[in-house]
Amino acid sequence: MTLEANDVPVMPRGVRLHFDKVRDRWVLLAPERTISLDEIALAIHREIDGIRNFEAIVARLAETYEAPTAEIAEDVSAYIAGLADRRFLDIAR
Amino acid sequence: MSAPPPIAMLAELTHRCPLSCPYCSNPVALTQKSQELTTDVWLDAFHQAAELGVLQLHLSGGEPAARRDLTELVAGARAAGLYTNLITSAIGLTEQRLRALDDAGLDHVQLSLQGTDPQMADMIGGYDGGFKRKMQAARWISDLGIPLTLNTVLHRKNLHQLPRAIEMALELGARRIEVAIVQFHGWALQNRAALMPTKEQAETAGRVVAEARERLKGRLVLDYVPADYHSGTPKRCMGGWGMVGLNIAPDGLVLPCHAAQTIPDLQFQSIRDTPLRDIWYDGPAFNAYRGDAWMQEPCRSCDLKHRDFAGCRCQAMALAGDASATDPVCHKSPLNAAIQARLAADEQAVENALVYRKL
Repeated sequence: MTLEANDVPVMPRGVRLHFDKVRDRWVLLAPERTISLDEIALAIHREIDGIRNFEAIVARLAETYEAPTAEIAEDVSAYIAGLADRRFLDIAR
Repeated sequence: MSAPPPIAMLAELTHRCPLSCPYCSNPVALTQKSQELTTDVWLDAFHQAAELGVLQLHLSGGEPAARRDLTELVAGARAAGLYTNLITSAIGLTEQRLRALDDAGLDHVQLSLQGTDPQMADMIGGYDGGFKRKMQAARWISDLGIPLTLNTVLHRKNLHQLPRAIEMALELGARRIEVAIVQFHGWALQNRAALMPTKEQAETAGRVVAEARERLKGRLVLDYVPADYHSGTPKRCMGGWGMVGLNIAPDGLVLPCHAAQTIPDLQFQSIRDTPLRDIWYDGPAFNAYRGDAWMQEPCRSCDLKHRDFAGCRCQAMALAGDASATDPVCHKSPLNAAIQARLAADEQAVENALVYRKL
């Protein structure tokens, strides 16, 4: 799956961002799963508010990281699609 | 051997349960209600667990809904910062009670399925009318929007119902289904001849799961626990003994795994009188099988020893009479030929009567 400009990633109920203070890291908590987030993954999750679409998320990240939009789009699409396949994110179209 | 902090905790709130499944994971000697921990001790245990590094809490039993303080326990677990999962048969959960659990912040429900129709489910659960009540509760859970996983234990009598179980998960709006071939410990071991799937069934289950994973990608996640007797590959003991998770029994004993009490030499400590941190890092039962110094051949020189951790300690105890032995379901175990012969006999067994769990 590749994300389209108007797709809106949504964090479904039952999936939560959580700061793991014992291990000093951010994690995604989901049923029977804990996913450790690196800096990039966390930056992506901070943009996912259930309103912003894929195009807007990519534009904001490209600006923050001063990186080419096409490159960011590819990485963010792969990351979000991977989570959607595992039902950790929903995609509203 | 230094251990990392634990990620997950299984809180067995009670052994009481309206069902009496013949493969129940509770010990053969069940704990009476009078021995159960109080609300306050559980709430304190949840706080200690979160401080120790636990992120995922599984509230289980028995049937956790048999505890009148379940809503209070869920609220306390959430206040401690834990991801709170309720593992339930849903029998005894009313709509009002589910609303209260929802309001208390329950993150997720894992609903057990004994069969896909009343005849099978009520026969396996040993409770007439149980399936009907379960399905009513499942619809309430679904309507409230509480994230749902179906959990189905498969064996010779119900394995043919797997495709229907997957359909039911979709109909109920579940995001996940756990498909587990019965693991033979405790009660299930007593029923091995009646429950052992045939080799053909075990292979069919693998195919059905693989096909459904492909077809339902992005809709339904399938987690699969294969039949270890048939595969020749032992399961990864708890993801490493004392490395990932711990279990608190209804009476407060803290266990490295829910079946650990079947290993007679282990000494367990209680949350009633010892801090959880001390039990996790320094407890003799937790340190017994950490690392690999305890392993025997053929594990000791095996390339896979850090992947499967020599298999299941409790199964080694049950089948080899030695908890440090190679799990006899492993094709490298010297006992595996005998296990395969017994498996062949169990598959052919005409034994069909079930021993139901009871207090």
